[in-house]
Order: sequence, then structure tokens, then C-alpha cells
Amino acid sequence: MVNRRSFARAIIAAGALAFAAGALVSAPAHAAKPLKIGFSMALTGGLAGAGKAALIAMEIWREDVNKKGGILGRPVEFVYYDDATQPAKVPGIYTKLLNVDKVDLVVSSYGTNEIAPAMPIVMRKKLVFPSLFGLAVNDEFNYDRYFQIMPAGPEPKTDWSKGFFELAAEQNPKPKTVAIVSADSEFTLNAAAGARQNAKSGGFIIVYDKTYPMSTTDYSPIVRAIEAANADIVFVASYPPQSVGMVKAAREVGLKAKMFGGAMVGLQFAAIQKNLGPALNNIINYDFWVPEPTLNFPGVKEFLARYQEAAKGKGVDPLGHYLPPYAYAYLQVLEQAINATKGLDQGKLAAHMHKATFKTVVGDVKFAKNGEWATSRTLQVQFRDVKPNDMAQFSGPGKRIVLYPKAWKSGDIVYPFNQ
Amino acid sequence: MDLFVNAIVAGILLGAFYAAVSVGLSISFGQLDIVNIAHPAFVIVGSYIAWILNSRYGLDPVLVGVLAAPIFFIVGALIYRIYYAAFERTGQESLSGLAFFFGVMFIIEVVLILVYGVDYRLVSAGYLSKNVDLGFVGLPLRLVVPFLVASAMTGAVWLYLSRTFTGRAILAVAQDRLALQLMGADPVRIKQFAFGLAIATTAIAGALLIMIGPVEPSLGRVYIGRAFAIVVLGGMGSIPGMVIAALLIGVLESLVSSFAGPSWAPAVAFGALLITLAVRPSGLFGRA
Repeated sequence: MVNRRSFARAIIAAGALAFAAGALVSAPAHAAKPLKIGFSMALTGGLAGAGKAALIAMEIWREDVNKKGGILGRPVEFVYYDDATQPAKVPGIYTKLLNVDKVDLVVSSYGTNEIAPAMPIVMRKKLVFPSLFGLAVNDEFNYDRYFQIMPAGPEPKTDWSKGFFELAAEQNPKPKTVAIVSADSEFTLNAAAGARQNAKSGGFIIVYDKTYPMSTTDYSPIVRAIEAANADIVFVASYPPQSVGMVKAAREVGLKAKMFGGAMVGLQFAAIQKNLGPALNNIINYDFWVPEPTLNFPGVKEFLARYQEAAKGKGVDPLGHYLPPYAYAYLQVLEQAINATKGLDQGKLAAHMHKATFKTVVGDVKFAKNGEWATSRTLQVQFRDVKPNDMAQFSGPGKRIVLYPKAWKSGDIVYPFNQ
Repeated sequence: MDLFVNAIVAGILLGAFYAAVSVGLSISFGQLDIVNIAHPAFVIVGSYIAWILNSRYGLDPVLVGVLAAPIFFIVGALIYRIYYAAFERTGQESLSGLAFFFGVMFIIEVVLILVYGVDYRLVSAGYLSKNVDLGFVGLPLRLVVPFLVASAMTGAVWLYLSRTFTGRAILAVAQDRLALQLMGADPVRIKQFAFGLAIATTAIAGALLIMIGPVEPSLGRVYIGRAFAIVVLGGMGSIPGMVIAALLIGVLESLVSSFAGPSWAPAVAFGALLITLAVRPSGLFGRA
């Protein structure tokens, strides 16, 4: 039978053991305090398709980094909230990330409309802000710690559509008139503003220049109005449902324009490509990565293979060519900057990010003074020989030919559009 | 002239689709006084069912919509039972009922996202990419088929409500619940049936929506304002009024898009609503 004294000894011994064990566990835990990266992401709402795909890519990066032992010897953790594609939610999310969750670093959500509302909060804390696919966000803020991974170039508004208009100007005879039509939202209005400048500087006459509400259901009246205006080339800035509507309407109406496309978001997504099929042929549209031999950067195919495996059954873009490589790359940039500066000093990080060239799965990345890519790599690709109902055809080369910039060109233009 | 005629035709095609989306709301909101803000979310569920059966088994979206309608009817009847027990019976239907349907809408969206993800969904059918040209008038089957189906559905609902005993009882429950009880009909069962019918129409409207363009879980929100505006403009509970209002909104949107610029389309359409209500507060075909 255990008497009272021996029971007390046992308790003390157990307590001492537990304390020792606790010390052993907590010591390395303290040394490896997680490095927390905070962000908002569109996981529901209109941009959720891209937002969820971006998150998968970011999680692949986190897994890779933690396999290598983390950053600065600390495992990386994400703290993120769904902004529901509602810009109004974004400031509150970043305030919480910084003041309540006490994250070490922040990166942006996806898209212009979700990045801009975070800027004042991030700027107040003087944090480095790697951002994901914002078009000309820093034009308004001039923040020297903003770094944007989309390769739109140092003058994003105009660089976005420069290739489209340069290609048009090279045709013989040169087309004369242009129609510009855009959805009524931040990104598309910026894209249309750039197109307007490019059209004027290229000597084109703008015969149609209108915006349409995001809630538009039928696009055939718009396409017919463009047709009535006799536009030689048609520049469209739209989001996915509208892009589908515009392409279908253009084919149904039999649009006779010589060039059609521009800044149509959605034509990069596999499900939409499969559905539109041959209706896409000859459309010239922007893109950032396509599986053409000229864009075979080290690591990109391996990354995409892992993304495609991770994306299965998650209801996101199954090929992931458009956004996921860049969502991986903007964290690669951050990782390389932290490793190079050996710390989280935001001033040093920003200074390094301004001067270094980063090796990423989307190729070499070098930032301009305003945080955009130093040199634009906004591709103009032309859909070619697209067959009906076949998603697999888009996973290899030959369906989206790179026409512009010349350094990445993989084929020649087919002109005019409607032949 | 070509542009004008084509704009009118496109507006009529579009308006018929708007009528398909709004006919159920005309019953639930216009006749039963149930502010079913989740109505467009049910339309999106209809789109997803059409997408699932079309992509897996190649079934025609319209056929899927018709087949799914009875299931939607049962779901609608069950939802009304919950709504009645929780809110209407206790007289809390005004604000709490609205919150209930907001909740239903969010639940539908979240469930669709969790189960099917957030990618855009589309259907394929041989005729959807075809066009019929009548002289200078272009008729894309992508809009013509929804027009025909929507016209048949709204016509059938109108005939049912105006020609059958149950249909007349639904109209009566909106006007005088007590008189209906004195006639030996149970107002709760009548309303349950009517709400089921309203939800059943969303199965077909959803199939039509995904034929016109791609769908994602939150797309229904785009149609909330438009559908309610059409019901109010037509005159609460009037099916012919709702159809006229839907066609009016469709044609106005189309004409404005063609001649003034598409960004003016909602302003002109909703401006027409305000002017109509100022002149005729009960709507086009509403009882004064």
C-alpha cells in the first residue's frame, strides 16, 4: 500500500519530470518560432476561381520551403482570411492580420480590386508588399515597398496593351479604326485607359469607346454596335463571364473586325477554353505563361505538375497556367530577399528587392522603381487550331502561339481574325 | 435599321429569359408575400444540376431542368414548412423571414463552393453554337432556345394559376386568406404548394442561365435586383404583368446598349421602373 509520504514524493518526481520534459520540448519550439505570412484571398465570390488556385500554389511553396528547413530556420505559417471578392473587407482583414494575428510579413490577395484597399494599411506599417496581379495599383500610391509579380511592365496601363496595338500597326494594310469596350471595374477600366493611349499614339481612330456593367447578360447588342461602328480592331477588357459572352456574341454576329481580343480575363482558364473551343481561333489576347517552347523556364513544368495534382477535385482551374506559377513566384521572391538580407528588416528587404534579380519559376524577375517588372513581358498570344471539347489540347504547345514580345515569340500572326 | 431590329429581337429574347428567372419570384413575393431573396440562388442550383448531368452523361440542359423541377418543388414545399413554422405562424415573417432567406442564400453558395469549387461551369449542346439568320436578323440558338422554353414555362404557369382550382386558390390566398378558409381550403397547404411551384421554376431557369453563359456559385446575386424590379414593375403577383415588365427591361437594356452605350442600360431600365411606379404605384398590371 502506498503511504502518504511516498505518494507525495511520487507527485514531486512526476512534476520534475514533466517540467524537464516541457523544457526540452519548449526550447526548440521557441527557437523555431513560426514565421507568419498574412494575406487576404478571394476564396468565394467572383474572383474565387483564381484566388483558390493561387492559394494551392502558395501552399506548394510553403511545403517546399518548410522541407528545406523554413526561412531563417523558422517554419513558415500562413494566416489568411477569405475576402469574398469584396474590396470593402480587405482593410479590416489586413488590420486584423497586423494588429491581432501579429504576422511577420504580408502579401496581397489576387487582383487589382482586392490589392488597392490593402495599400493604406500596409503603407502605414511601412511593410514590404509583394502583390499578385494588380494592374497599375501603385500609380496612385507611389509606395516604394510595393512589388508586383505580374509582368505588366514599368508602365502597366499602357504596357498591358502595347503588344496588341504594335501587332495591329505591323499589318499591311494597317488597320485604321479601333473599338474599345470594357467592363465597369477597376482593372478593366485601367486596361481600357492604357488601350486608349496606345491607340492614339499608334495613330488609330477610336470609333467606339464604351463601358458596360458587370451584370450584363447578353453581349450581342454591344457587338452589333461595334460592328455598326466599322471598327477594324476590337480591344475588349473583361472578366470571365463577360469574356465568354463577348466571344460567343462576336461569333454569332459574325464580327468582321480584323483583330479581336486584348485584355479578356478568362480565356486563360481551361474550363472556358474547352467550352469555347474553335470559337477562340484567331483571337489575340494577353497572357503571362503558355506552354510554348520559348517560355520553358527552369522549374515551371515541375511546379505545374504538382499544382495539377493538388488541384484535382478542388473545382479550380485544372491546368493552372495563368496565375499559379506567379503565386508561387511572388513568394519565391520574398523568400530569396529574406535569405539575402538575413532578416525581416523591411527597409533592407525593400532595398534588396529593388536591386536584385530573382530566379523564379516564371523566369528572372527584376523590379522597376515603381515595383512593377522592369521590362514588360505581357504576352499577346493567338489561339490556333483549337478543336471542340478537348481540354487536354491546351496542356501542350501549338494552341496559344506567342506573337509578342519578340524575345518570346513562338510563331507568326494569322490575320485577319474572321477568316 | 438593321441595328434597331436586331436590338429589339435581342431584347425580346433576353426579356423572356428574365421572365423565366422572375416567374417564381412573382408567385412567392408577388402573391404569397414571401421575400425570397434566395430565389436567384436556387436558379444557380438549377444551373449546377444542369452542368453535372450535362458534363457527366451528356443530357440536354433543358431536359435536366424539366426533370429536376419536381425535386425542386419538394424542396420548396419543405422550405416553406420551415418558414411557416418558424416565422409566419408567429407573425415574425417580415424581418426574421428576410434574414432566413438571406441565410438560405449564403448556405446554398457555400455548399456549392465546398462541393463543386469556384471554377466557372458551362454546358455543351450541339445547337448552342449555332445561329439562324432570317434576313438581316441574327438568331443565336443560345438565346432562342431559352426564349422558347421560358415562354412555354411562364405560359404554363399562367394557365395553371388562372384555369385550375389550385391555381385560383393560390391567387385567392394572396387576396383574402380568411375567405379561402371559409371556402374549405387550407391556406397553409395552398401556400406550401405555391412556394414549391415557385422553386420548381428555378430548376428550368437555372438550366437556361447556364446555356447563355458560364456560372459560378455567387452569380445569383447579379439577378436579385433585376428579378425583384421586374416583379414590382409588372405589378405584384401578376404573371402577364411580370412578362411584359421582363420584356420591357430586356428591350430597353438592348436598345440602350446598342445606341447609347451599355453602361446606361441599368440606369435606363431602373429609371423606367421608378417612373412607372411614380405614375402607377401598383405596377403595370397590379391592382390599385
